[in-house]
Amino acid sequence: MKYYDKLIFELSKPGRIGFSLPDSICRASEAVAPAGACRPRQGRGGTTSVVGSEEIGEFCDPAKLTDSCDSPRGEQPRCKAVIWREAPLDLPEVSEVDVVRHYTNLSQMNFGVDTGFYPLGSCTMKYNPKINEEIANLPGFAGLHPLQPESTTKGALEVYVGMDKALAAITGMKHFTFLPCAGAHGELTGLMLMREYHMSRGDLARTKVIVPDSAHGTNPASAAVCGLDIVVVKSGENGLVDVEALKPLLGPDIAGIMLTNPNTLGLFERDIKQIAELVHACGGLLYYDGANMNPLLGVVRPGDMGFDIMHLNLHKTFSTPHGGGGPGAGPVGVSDKVLPFLHIPRVSGFHGNFGVILRAYAYILMLGREHIKLAGKLATLGANYIKESLKDCYKLPIPTVCKHEFVFDGLLDDNGVSTLDVAKRLLDYGFHAPTIYFPLLFHQAIMIEPTETESLETLDAFIAVMRKIAEEAKADPELLHGAPHNTPIGRPDETTAARQPVLKYE
Amino acid sequence: MSKIAEDLLYSESHEWVKVDGNVAIIGVSDFAQGEMGDITYVEMPDLDDEISAGDDFGALESVKTSSELVAPVSGKVIARNDVLEDEPERINEDPYGAWIIKVEMADKSELDALLNASAYAELVK
Repeated sequence: MKYYDKLIFELSKPGRIGFSLPDSICRASEAVAPAGACRPRQGRGGTTSVVGSEEIGEFCDPAKLTDSCDSPRGEQPRCKAVIWREAPLDLPEVSEVDVVRHYTNLSQMNFGVDTGFYPLGSCTMKYNPKINEEIANLPGFAGLHPLQPESTTKGALEVYVGMDKALAAITGMKHFTFLPCAGAHGELTGLMLMREYHMSRGDLARTKVIVPDSAHGTNPASAAVCGLDIVVVKSGENGLVDVEALKPLLGPDIAGIMLTNPNTLGLFERDIKQIAELVHACGGLLYYDGANMNPLLGVVRPGDMGFDIMHLNLHKTFSTPHGGGGPGAGPVGVSDKVLPFLHIPRVSGFHGNFGVILRAYAYILMLGREHIKLAGKLATLGANYIKESLKDCYKLPIPTVCKHEFVFDGLLDDNGVSTLDVAKRLLDYGFHAPTIYFPLLFHQAIMIEPTETESLETLDAFIAVMRKIAEEAKADPELLHGAPHNTPIGRPDETTAARQPVLKYE
Repeated sequence: MSKIAEDLLYSESHEWVKVDGNVAIIGVSDFAQGEMGDITYVEMPDLDDEISAGDDFGALESVKTSSELVAPVSGKVIARNDVLEDEPERINEDPYGAWIIKVEMADKSELDALLNASAYAELVK
């Protein structure tokens, strides 16, 4: 990896532009000048440097060309003078080749599922098949505009309908809304549905939501944003929700419980049927956090487990890009009970990330009913393979069969080497680090989720490196404290970064 | 092994209390700062806020995690250590010197529920 840390502002030279066209073309088109050409440039020092002749400068008077707030000289500005910009925007002035090289170099500093193994627990960083991109780039889809007449968007509507049916079949829910753009957005939507359900029944005292101590942090956060109070239920020794600890919490003030199953330790909540009965009996609803849905694909359905509301992270389970690679989508599914409260219309122009839903639909259709059943099983197999292969050098706090992910609690023989050191050292060997220090149940948590898209060779290579790091910890702990050594950037000073953050270019 | 100051009282959630007449001076223990790692932000209540024993009165954020501060006693906040806003690292450097708030106690008998140094040493052993 080549080290590259320039800012695009540092490449800027006054007057430099992306491209310029011959005068004749500029004269021919008075209406609109191509972006990046023929425009008068505001120098960084505030001086105006006009590109081309005076004549072109006149054609390209920003007052005539732009309808933005940038040009206080315009005769009929569209916005009030009080919000006019006082000085020109300090934009970089760069050539096309500068821009292309800059972003290409930056992209090569990056790590993604296209560059290597990415076992980030709870994130399901599976490979994003390129067929998804091909489908999403079909002109009929890629060129859609939210304001197109409905008669011309039937194909897109069919995608929504097909996706609704597919997700309902996979999850056991009745219907989905595709408006939420991320998992946490889905959680909030789902909790608002939960609140609506109770309020419609005049059941106004239900203001509390139960979450396990192993929950994803978004669960209590979403409940708090929704104006609900949070009650934590403890996990037992086996890492599962302690049913006996749950019972005394249930009552007429409980709106519901939020669970992810398998939980964040990668363990299936075996008592889910009993939990569902208890929560329903007290008048509450069950919310399923779909972040860990991957191992259940085609095996168990949240609807059958007794959940009333759920979200799916299409960018996890259904192979659409995430982690800086693209926007997400967090469709929310509901059971019959909650269906009347779903937002109508369920599809509307500017709502939801259609491109993401489309990619996920392509993925589901590509796998089909038969193959999608294999995804969860293979993900589970991969996780157990890594767990069993490493448990003689890493501490395995709960030694049972896991689902798609599992948690180590640091090295068995740590010799002063922390989980952070192990994670940083993995980068030297070309692997993305697993999730660390989560869940909070263990102090040195390393949460590994390989996903089903990795070959046996990749899993073996990862296992070999993890074993090597365990040996290095015994022989040369200093090597690990200083890792990573081979990456473009070494270990950042996170403390100073958090205490004295530099948040803008100056 | 974390340090435990002998003359202080401790809560099970790792706050320490120094009693000065009717005033409780509150901070967090060496054990707490060690578990948290480098502290990056201290959220404190406002002056004159009423806090009650067992409830949150603020929070600590570190590079690794964030943790609520639980009031060991009830009362009115009469001082806050504003230096911590810019220099949260003082809690890491000197946990028993870097007090967070001073509280005028509403009920001194609440102190009876706190741990002395040796009982706290047992807790964090």
